[in-house]
Amino acid sequence: MKLFIIGLFSGIISGMGIGGGVILIPSLLIFTELTQQEAQGINLIVFIPVAIVALITHLKNKNIKYKLSLKIIGYGLIGAVLGSFIAGKINSKALSKYFSIFLLIIGIYELFSKTKKQ
Amino acid sequence: MKKVNLKILLIGLISGFLNGLFGSGGGTIVVPALVFLLGVDDYKAHATAISVILPLSIVSTIIYYTHKSIHLNIALFVAFGGVIGSFIGSKLLNKIPINILRKIFGSLIIFAAIRMMIK
Repeated sequence: MKLFIIGLFSGIISGMGIGGGVILIPSLLIFTELTQQEAQGINLIVFIPVAIVALITHLKNKNIKYKLSLKIIGYGLIGAVLGSFIAGKINSKALSKYFSIFLLIIGIYELFSKTKKQ
Repeated sequence: MKKVNLKILLIGLISGFLNGLFGSGGGTIVVPALVFLLGVDDYKAHATAISVILPLSIVSTIIYYTHKSIHLNIALFVAFGGVIGSFIGSKLLNKIPINILRKIFGSLIIFAAIRMMIK
């Protein structure tokens, strides 16, 4: 039930276009015994079905710039493989510290950014 | 290399790397990068970002799985809540002031970050 509520809450946030993972991962770390890597793994795999549902809607509305997307994915895959391997190799406590810095930067960005009316 | 291509390369490499390293945040980087560096419309940037991060997250999930960092039983419960939540969130999108919400969540995230730092 705890897990369902954490998922529900971060899902609501991500559905509104604000990063769900940055809420989900700290919530999992606070309310469960998961390690940093395991919490991150949950976020990665949970993102997949949520993103597929969102993508179907966007495909219908023709909002995706395919050519641009494919180019970014090409380079992105190199980064993803590299980043994921490092995450798997480093100490959980160290990763947690780096993550908290990343989180702080995103928090400051969210605090000062403005959403344009669509 | 043309300037636009260099931007695309950097956006891809950085967002892929951080999304893999931290298991999150890829979209948070790609959306503003598309808007501010490449001049993509806000709503198209959001949709395009998801199409970019989905395959990257699939690859990262596979690598995390090989490192035994994926717990499917826990993920199932979270995903169930997540799918319902994101549906509710998308319905609420035009009904509540997102800018205020963004500030509240910005503050919450900063609080969580500091808590993690001093722990």
